[in-house]
Amino acid sequence: MRLVVFGWGNEARGDDGLGPLVLARIAAAGWSGVTTVEDYQLQIEHALDIDGADCALFVDAGKDTPAPFSFRAVAPRRDMTHTTHALAPEAVLDVYAQVKGRAPPPAFALCLRGERFELGEGLSREGAQRLEAAWAFVQELMATRSVEAWERAARAPLPPLRGKVSREA
Amino acid sequence: MLNLETADAPHKLRRVAIEPLTRVEGHGKVTILLDDDNRVHQVRLHIVEFRGFEAFIEGRPYWEIPVTVQRLCGICPVSHHLAAAKAMDVAAGYGPLTPTAEKLRRLLHYGQIVQSHALHFFHLASPDLLLGFESDVARRNIVGVAAAFPDLAKRGVLTRKFGQEVIRHIVGKRIHGTGAIPGGMNKALHVDERDALRRDIDEIVVWARESVGLVERLHQTHPDFYNRFGESRANMMGLVDARGALDFYHGSLRARDPDGGTVFDQIDYATYPQVLREEVKPWSYMKFPHIQALGAEKGWYRVGPLARVQICDFLSTPQAEEERRKFVALGGGKPLHGALLYHWARMIEMLHAAELARQLLDDADIVGTELMADKGPSHGEGIGVIEAPRGTLFHHYRVGEDDLVTYCNLIVSTTNNNQAMNESIRAVAARFLTGREVTEGLLNHIEVAIRAYDPCLSCATHALGQMPLEVDLVDAGGALLSRARKGG
Repeated sequence: MRLVVFGWGNEARGDDGLGPLVLARIAAAGWSGVTTVEDYQLQIEHALDIDGADCALFVDAGKDTPAPFSFRAVAPRRDMTHTTHALAPEAVLDVYAQVKGRAPPPAFALCLRGERFELGEGLSREGAQRLEAAWAFVQELMATRSVEAWERAARAPLPPLRGKVSREA
Repeated sequence: MLNLETADAPHKLRRVAIEPLTRVEGHGKVTILLDDDNRVHQVRLHIVEFRGFEAFIEGRPYWEIPVTVQRLCGICPVSHHLAAAKAMDVAAGYGPLTPTAEKLRRLLHYGQIVQSHALHFFHLASPDLLLGFESDVARRNIVGVAAAFPDLAKRGVLTRKFGQEVIRHIVGKRIHGTGAIPGGMNKALHVDERDALRRDIDEIVVWARESVGLVERLHQTHPDFYNRFGESRANMMGLVDARGALDFYHGSLRARDPDGGTVFDQIDYATYPQVLREEVKPWSYMKFPHIQALGAEKGWYRVGPLARVQICDFLSTPQAEEERRKFVALGGGKPLHGALLYHWARMIEMLHAAELARQLLDDADIVGTELMADKGPSHGEGIGVIEAPRGTLFHHYRVGEDDLVTYCNLIVSTTNNNQAMNESIRAVAARFLTGREVTEGLLNHIEVAIRAYDPCLSCATHALGQMPLEVDLVDAGGALLSRARKGG
């Protein structure tokens, strides 16, 4: 399975850097068939990075999202906001469908809950713990790398792939 | 100016809040106070951001700043990068940039304008321009025009991608690059990189021209609506060169009044503290800059595409200038002030930036290797100003003898446009909300006005699903009557 992984956020803003930090570990792991893309923000041109992939994984920090993280399947959805400053994974998939004229590959979003996002802050204690929990989860995902297994993991209230990983950091 | 900033008796009014619940930093909110008959008494746009910039920067070594400031905004990191580099050129005592270094910085900037404007047009403007009408007749006309541009989405994405490629080749990375450094550039552009960009630029120019044409044709379907929507008579400010041409990268300040008369011209931007004042208002975190000579009441101004194409005497590239002339002719000799006209002006600028980029890609200096200026004694203070995609951006630093930054003041485009945005939203509220029930469709008009300016709200911070809009109706006693939520 050719996989493209997006990790975005700003490491200068505390837990906003959780996405790039997970991405850096994925890149360092050197799994074959995996392409990593880091950016400050998810934007329309990232639709082009999906081309050629069998699956896409979006990794970001979230606020008021489940702790330590959530994992879900995502599908194309038109995004009408008041600003260009943030695109959701669903919107990028929708752009892909518009530009390519076909459905995007299966896609999933891993969202790590963050606590502190102020400029100049480092990771919060909770953020650091959730990074480790998410990293353990990613390794399990990669060990069973198939869309079907990931869909099962996304549907499960407590995904079996998480194994020993606690949901409460 | 509509007198809707402060109501006489706000405690007697109903409160409507449109609140994008982003993160702790950088979210915006619109509050509208209505009386029992739904008449608008007060409208305010609150932008809660830009806190902590100075503390983030002060105490760092000056040479690090052009890279560090890219962390301030994930949407336009190149703007902060270049404005800081220009300021530090001066503070560190460097002489004039080499021709190659200045041209590389300009190409970097033009690439950013192309990608930023393309994103805006594809993601924000075209949905509003194509779909933002309630009239069936207008909608049919608009759909007819849109049908002539079936590849709009593809072109938007590929134009955006081209701009990103310009940035990647010049700074060496997609993000976290170090293209500009105090005194010059850190990396030369290789011939192969230049050639790769040159292969695509002709098509980008064609698409940019056609995008201008699309906006023009849409305007023709409903000209009065486009001209009047969110209209607010404002002073306008931007950079021009010595001939009076718009210059995105460097120039002097020029301001015109709402009727097109000159307020000031050829002002050295390093003297901005004597020309502009930043007012603080108790209800907003963000300052309200104004032209000192005109005072706070009359001195607020507009920046960005709609201001830039109207304060300049001309654009230096032929196709963009031809389009600019058609645009300003709409006003019959007077400036245009409708918020939706930003979109048209923005496409003219995208065409201009693409033409400028093509000129530089055909210039032998662009692949030169003389990248650094000579260094003299440090000045200890530097001010850098550029025309960022959303408008004029000021960076001002003082540097101590230990090379550490001791003072920082940034006036970003969104701050410069603070009052203008408020006035546009008030105009929309007064026209579309007064005397009618508050519906989601009407509140969308407020969003359309905000989108025209595309203010910097999130500044490199965002999270999954954190951009919903929430509308609260609260009675005079503060009780929540209803809540509507959209997006997120």
